[in-house]
Amino acid sequence: MTEKATIIVHSGDFDKIYSAFIIGNGALAMGMDVSLYFTFFGLERLKKGKLDKGSLSKMNYFGLGKFMIKLKMKKSNVRSLEGMLSDFVELGGKILACDMTMDIMGITKDNLREEVISNFCSVGTYVKEARESVMTLFI
Amino acid sequence: MSIDTNKIKKVDCLDETCPVPLVETRKAIRKASPGDIIEVTGNHESSKIEIPMAVEALGLELLNIEEKNGNWIIRIKIPEEK
Repeated sequence: MTEKATIIVHSGDFDKIYSAFIIGNGALAMGMDVSLYFTFFGLERLKKGKLDKGSLSKMNYFGLGKFMIKLKMKKSNVRSLEGMLSDFVELGGKILACDMTMDIMGITKDNLREEVISNFCSVGTYVKEARESVMTLFI
Repeated sequence: MSIDTNKIKKVDCLDETCPVPLVETRKAIRKASPGDIIEVTGNHESSKIEIPMAVEALGLELLNIEEKNGNWIIRIKIPEEK
């Protein structure tokens, strides 16, 4: 059976969303199955047009820090979050959306990018997936 | 050994950084036909070490790694159909 990685994306911070996708895409590239479970502030990033709208977890300085990081990333030819997401989907990664977060944050399916989400689910699905995983992370 | 050049699938990862060389290699492997040779060119240092790790994890054959003017070329063999 293929080894599996399950990552909880709890933070909606720009840098942490990057970490989630870099690890997710790396694991897919190395032959693992990967599920990204988006919950709380992470789920905000699956709203239409919001993927790269998070602030930096440190040194954001009202957006100036993020602006500087984005410049450096462009210079170093780092792939955009949009590109990372499309790689993730192309390589067969699964994106799960937490339905309880949707309730408490007033998010409907219409607000979300349904085309990239494979499943709307709760903690039971996470536990089932994590139990089958050799790697599980909370970001 | 003669190699059918139609069977060589080139992946250009020059100036690409983490995780792109790994991801583009994986995409090419998924799209490859039996008997193809994937030829990845790049200059991201860690990827020179990590693409072979992925090749091993995927149970594929690493043909060789060539270094030229600071760039590397990694060749991967997709098995013939059994």
